[in-house]
Amino acid sequence: MSGIETQVLQPYKYGFVTDIESEVVPPGLSDDVIRLISDKKGEPAWMLQWRLRAYHNWQKMPEPHWANVRYGPVDYQAISYYAAPKRRPKLESLEQVDPKLLETFEKLGIPIEERKRLAGVAVDAVFDSVSVATTFREELKKHGVIFCAISEAIREYPELVQEYLGSVVPYNDNFFAALNSAVFTDGSFVYVPKGVRCPLELSTYFRINAESTGQFERTLIIADEGSYVSYLEGCSAPVRDENQLHAAVVELVALDHATIKYSTIQNWYPGDEEGRGGIYNFVTKRGACRGRGSKISWTQVETGSAITWKYPGCILQGDDSIGEFYSVAVTNHRQQADTGTKMIHMGRNTRSTIVSKGISAGRGQNTYRGLVKILKGAERARNYSQCDSMLIGDQCGAHTFPYIDVRNSTAIMEHEASTSKIGEDQIFYAKQRGLSAEDAVSMIVNGFCKEVFKELPMEFAVEAQRLLGISLEGSVG
Amino acid sequence: MTDNVLLQVKDLHVAVEGREILKGVDLTVNAGEVHALMGPNGSGKSTLAQALAGHPGYAVTAGQALYDGKDLLAMAPEERAREGVFLAFQYPIAIRGITNAYFLRSAVNAIRKHRGQEELGPVEFMDALEEKLKAIGWDSSYLNRPVNDGFSGGEKKRNEILQLAVLDPKLAILDETDSGLDIDAVKTVAQTVDKLRRPDNATVLVTHYYRILTHIEPDVVHVLAAGRIVKSGGKELALELEERGYDWLREPAAVS
Repeated sequence: MSGIETQVLQPYKYGFVTDIESEVVPPGLSDDVIRLISDKKGEPAWMLQWRLRAYHNWQKMPEPHWANVRYGPVDYQAISYYAAPKRRPKLESLEQVDPKLLETFEKLGIPIEERKRLAGVAVDAVFDSVSVATTFREELKKHGVIFCAISEAIREYPELVQEYLGSVVPYNDNFFAALNSAVFTDGSFVYVPKGVRCPLELSTYFRINAESTGQFERTLIIADEGSYVSYLEGCSAPVRDENQLHAAVVELVALDHATIKYSTIQNWYPGDEEGRGGIYNFVTKRGACRGRGSKISWTQVETGSAITWKYPGCILQGDDSIGEFYSVAVTNHRQQADTGTKMIHMGRNTRSTIVSKGISAGRGQNTYRGLVKILKGAERARNYSQCDSMLIGDQCGAHTFPYIDVRNSTAIMEHEASTSKIGEDQIFYAKQRGLSAEDAVSMIVNGFCKEVFKELPMEFAVEAQRLLGISLEGSVG
Repeated sequence: MTDNVLLQVKDLHVAVEGREILKGVDLTVNAGEVHALMGPNGSGKSTLAQALAGHPGYAVTAGQALYDGKDLLAMAPEERAREGVFLAFQYPIAIRGITNAYFLRSAVNAIRKHRGQEELGPVEFMDALEEKLKAIGWDSSYLNRPVNDGFSGGEKKRNEILQLAVLDPKLAILDETDSGLDIDAVKTVAQTVDKLRRPDNATVLVTHYYRILTHIEPDVVHVLAAGRIVKSGGKELALELEERGYDWLREPAAVS
């Protein structure tokens, strides 16, 4: 099977290290470290208190081990919780950003200089623990859209942050969310005012660079009544033999008739063929459809990380609100992913759609875990779930754990699942018709993921296909 | 040797999982000819077909095969296909997630590209396809279904013939395409294949049944037994086999 497997994922292309002088706090976690982080960010007292509450809760919480993944113990005292390039950029002026940082993002295909911008995309670039640049701020401000680093939002827009931070994912929600709440450093903040359709795609690119550090970003997006925003995050990290921890929290709030479309292309370093190194991606993402007729749509393409533990979900509070989850998760070599979604139906006529595509190759283990919960008051709620698994080779695994909890008899639930396999015979068949093995695999994988890719913004759909090692030649139409 | 030799197989030995199945096959197919390859179960017919197409599970341990003057065995399977070798599979493979139309067009374009021709867009391709669909009695709904997925045995075989008609190869090897087809379907398949007959191409029909040969008249009939071609003759040989079976041929194989 070796031929097929190697074609699924190209070698990791983003594994370089930027040689930049960084300020890294010594490893370990304590009240003092949290005070230090809060102090470095120039935070108000309420933020520090919140962090400390989270930390004290976290100390009492056990690390969860119910996921279908296996890894050695994580030494939380061996991780450094803050790393930042020494030459601090002034966010007002890109000229003052360290050229090495610009170069790094350029190399990753994320242009920060506006003249080289991606058409119609505003970017927040986060390097280790800090946001180094946010583009198009002025343009967005004209529309009343706030797009900035969360550390800046805490200082500049404290009322908004205080109202919404932790309102979807409380600081004591789970072990990793509590850790994040205690030590989060940067991430993006978005506020789209009433009735505004955000004129640009918003995007945050996360880069881990420093050694022995974790990245704990926090993202908060608020879409006020009748607004619309499409947001995308991408990420990568250098190749290292050690495992690095990434524990993020993302909170989305959609008010009446607002729509948030959140897309992720996750390409953290997955470790090598033997499973050495790679990112532990333990992430809590949740959106609240608070308002009537609001909509939150998650699309994720997960190709990286040694271990993924991630269940972007929707709490459908408002009547007629809609939650969607579209996912492609790839595990190759020794990667393990336990990912899926939670759809909690509370309001009447709430609808949710789940489309999950898991691809396992090498010795990868891919688990879909999803919860659809229909509460008592959710009259006429509907859910449609589709979970498809694809196996490449005979040493990988696919697992599906759908949980369905219905407490209202008017609910309509549909669940479909399938498992398929790319075999040597299929490849030979395609070759006998003149296709190369690469084309055959990419055709099959591409076809398998089609329903999810079409949910991504155009530029990123292309990126996602490329990430899967897919040649686009001849695939249009 | 004439100039029209399209395929020349000499003393071909092929092993599957270490066991020798073909023990020295000699076969010459000229352009413009139809050959029928018959023989009892397990005699190596499918092995010959798969080996000529380049299946990695079939190891050529000795011998050679020249195709159009080139060393066929040195070519990768996809190169053989692009050069005009087509195998209609005995058990066509299902591929989920890819529509028949997309798969076919990709194959056509891979071959066109190899020949230095311009690739066909979806619209041009569909135009070119229409007539061929009709010939096998299909409507376009089959094109939007995943390749062979959920197809009946007969539909899969028809799909092979559709691919054959669309790709228009120089050398077509049909591995028991007539097996599992009803009488009418055999006729449709045979007529489609017969229509593709030209002086510059050739067909090798691997079959168990005389019936298909009443629709496509073979120039040469071969009997493969225990890994060797033990008898070749004209179309009357097929009729003789139909009446007498294979047993009378088994002994000479051991002697020659």
